[in-house]
Amino acid sequence: MLGLFFQPSAESAARAGPADIPLWVDDLTVAYHRKPVLWDVDLSLPEGKLIAVVGPNGAGKSTLIKSILNLIPKASGAVSIYGRPYELQRHLVGYVPQRESVDWDFPVSALDVVAMGLYRKIGWFRPVGRSHRQAALKELEKVGMAPYARRQISQLSGGQQQRVFLARALAQDARLYFMDEPFAGVDAATEKAIVALLKELQSEGKTCVVVHHDLQTVPSYFDHVVLINMRVVAAGPTRDVFTEENLRKTYGGKLTLLSQALHEYAQAPRPSSGKKGGGE
Amino acid sequence: MNGRGIPRRAGVSAGLLALSADRAWSAGLAEHALEWPSGAELLRVLALQDYNTRVVIIGAGLLGLAAGLIGTFLLLRKRALLSDALSHATLPGIALAFMLMAAMGGDGKHLPGLIAGAAVFSVLGTGSVILIQRYSRLKDDAALGIVLSVYFGLGIALMGLATRMESGNAAGLSSFIYGKTASMVFSDALLIGAAALVCILFCLLFFKEFTLVCFDAAYAAAQGWPVGRLDFFMMALVVVVTVIGLQAVGLILVVALLIIPPSAARFWTERLRSMLWLSGAFGALSGLVGAGISALMANLPAGAVIVLTASLLFVLSLTFGTARGLVRLGLERRRLRLKINRENLLRELYEWFETRCGTADPGFDECQLMNAPGRPELLSRRAWTPAHFRRSLRELQSAGLLKRVAPDAYGFTPEGLAKAQAVVRNHRLWETYLITHADIAPGQVDWGADEIEHVLDRDLIARLEQALTATRPAAMPQSPHALAAPGRSV
Repeated sequence: MLGLFFQPSAESAARAGPADIPLWVDDLTVAYHRKPVLWDVDLSLPEGKLIAVVGPNGAGKSTLIKSILNLIPKASGAVSIYGRPYELQRHLVGYVPQRESVDWDFPVSALDVVAMGLYRKIGWFRPVGRSHRQAALKELEKVGMAPYARRQISQLSGGQQQRVFLARALAQDARLYFMDEPFAGVDAATEKAIVALLKELQSEGKTCVVVHHDLQTVPSYFDHVVLINMRVVAAGPTRDVFTEENLRKTYGGKLTLLSQALHEYAQAPRPSSGKKGGGE
Repeated sequence: MNGRGIPRRAGVSAGLLALSADRAWSAGLAEHALEWPSGAELLRVLALQDYNTRVVIIGAGLLGLAAGLIGTFLLLRKRALLSDALSHATLPGIALAFMLMAAMGGDGKHLPGLIAGAAVFSVLGTGSVILIQRYSRLKDDAALGIVLSVYFGLGIALMGLATRMESGNAAGLSSFIYGKTASMVFSDALLIGAAALVCILFCLLFFKEFTLVCFDAAYAAAQGWPVGRLDFFMMALVVVVTVIGLQAVGLILVVALLIIPPSAARFWTERLRSMLWLSGAFGALSGLVGAGISALMANLPAGAVIVLTASLLFVLSLTFGTARGLVRLGLERRRLRLKINRENLLRELYEWFETRCGTADPGFDECQLMNAPGRPELLSRRAWTPAHFRRSLRELQSAGLLKRVAPDAYGFTPEGLAKAQAVVRNHRLWETYLITHADIAPGQVDWGADEIEHVLDRDLIARLEQALTATRPAAMPQSPHALAAPGRSV
């Protein structure tokens, strides 16, 4: 109950990372009820990299992103985005939530969803105008979804829905992107489109932090890896950090079994909705 | 909820109704003044009674409009049942407000006072639900059930106490439970009109913000929108509609006016803005028609008739809705089934000739004449009913895709051959895709392919062609599994 009245904001403001570091996390601890989910997480991620956040189910990957974005309360610790707290840097941050987190039956079109990425720019009370819709359409084009702009979102396949979510984040025109399992349950074509998009963002100097489930594709898609299982096991360039030993520390002894399962999971055809990607 | 202030201010804006404002006050008086001269009594029956009905009907219509508008967001925020708990929680507020006012003198049935009491308790009820959800680990349905029944029980007990009070006149207080539209006077209609206006204004003003919070609250919060405050404001509008609706439809049924119109509207449209207006229109229509019927037939309580009218609209929408009504869905499913049947027949016939004549063009026509299968041969190639098969055959013939080449032997027309080629190609591309990309044993592919080839869109087909057929885009890929051998035909 006391947490309602005493916000640790004064303490967080005192600790801030360097201004050229996109994401700096110091001593972050998050707990649901009494059970800690993240423990003493320290991170400092470089700019302009594609960064995978990898770990077993329930390791706190989604929790990490949500607590960085202030969507769930921190038990302790500080986060800074380019040297300042997130509340002051929202305009620099784009967010792609898990696809399963919303109701796709909602009566809006793909274009409407992408336009939501512009709402901050549009501001209070002003309606979405023609120029905003055109801007949204451009973002849909970037993910190859322009022909589906008018379609109600439940009439899109899972991969197409994921691309709509990406386009919405692109519309935010951010420097740092957080993506929560964008590859979960998507078709091969979407996977390729997402990878191409990530590379393009990187070539523009943007930083992408991506929760990723498929160990097989980590080395080819990402140049930086954060291995996480309640605490950060290892973080750094993929070729240094993505080692058998570190993976064993992250996943425990079950790695061979697990990676086999993950491999099958990634290859199997999945229905476009309903299947949980494995968030926590 | 300053009951005294609202009608006066609203009277200025509701110009149409304000014209006859003074007549309304006399109407309110007339109901209680029974010793009026007989000439005026006649007048009252002829004109005022009619006028009273008009007030009631307009009031109910405006209430329906307001409820339909804010109900749309309530429904999309998935809080429909919260509004049920909220409306039941008003009862102790009504009873307490009555007791308080009666204790201070008067008959205690000052409407604005009762409404204020109801509003306070509906907020308390909502707060209780939220507290239970946040600080206990009970599930949402349990929290709603507990709050709904506890507050309602408390309300019933307090009502019992209220009727036993010496001062005040508790008779008619129970009309808040079941609603009594007929007791509505002009000032009530004004109050409802003002609330409806507020609802329309705020639903338009906050359209973008409410939409975002309803669709993806976490994303809204990450973007820095004050989700908690927007939610609170949305619920405040629901509280306003609920408490002004209490008198007309009663606290048990007011939730129906919030939920049924938007649910009905959803069947007609895939766009939120149209859904919002349609829901408002359905709500208004329910109010107008329901109150009208109830005025014509004295024994029918208006609240119930209004809700039943709304339900009728709902059933009509569920059945005939142009966006997702059952009739449309059924027709679509039937159309798809027929299309699948026709394509299956085309494919069977194509593969029949493919194994006997090859796909090469020269000589195909003669080979087709020589080998054309009859109905029994085609029928036995798939597990389809004779009726379905005959229908597909007939449809393909009348579409000019198949022709009868002998008394019981069928072959392609040139258009039919081209169409069959396209169908078979899609099918095989998909089969190949499943085998190469999805690790499915080739023998199992045919089933999955059968179901999905008919819904493949052109975009995906283009990509499959690119990925899977080497150079010539029009080339027919080989079937990845063995076809039924020519000799094996039955």
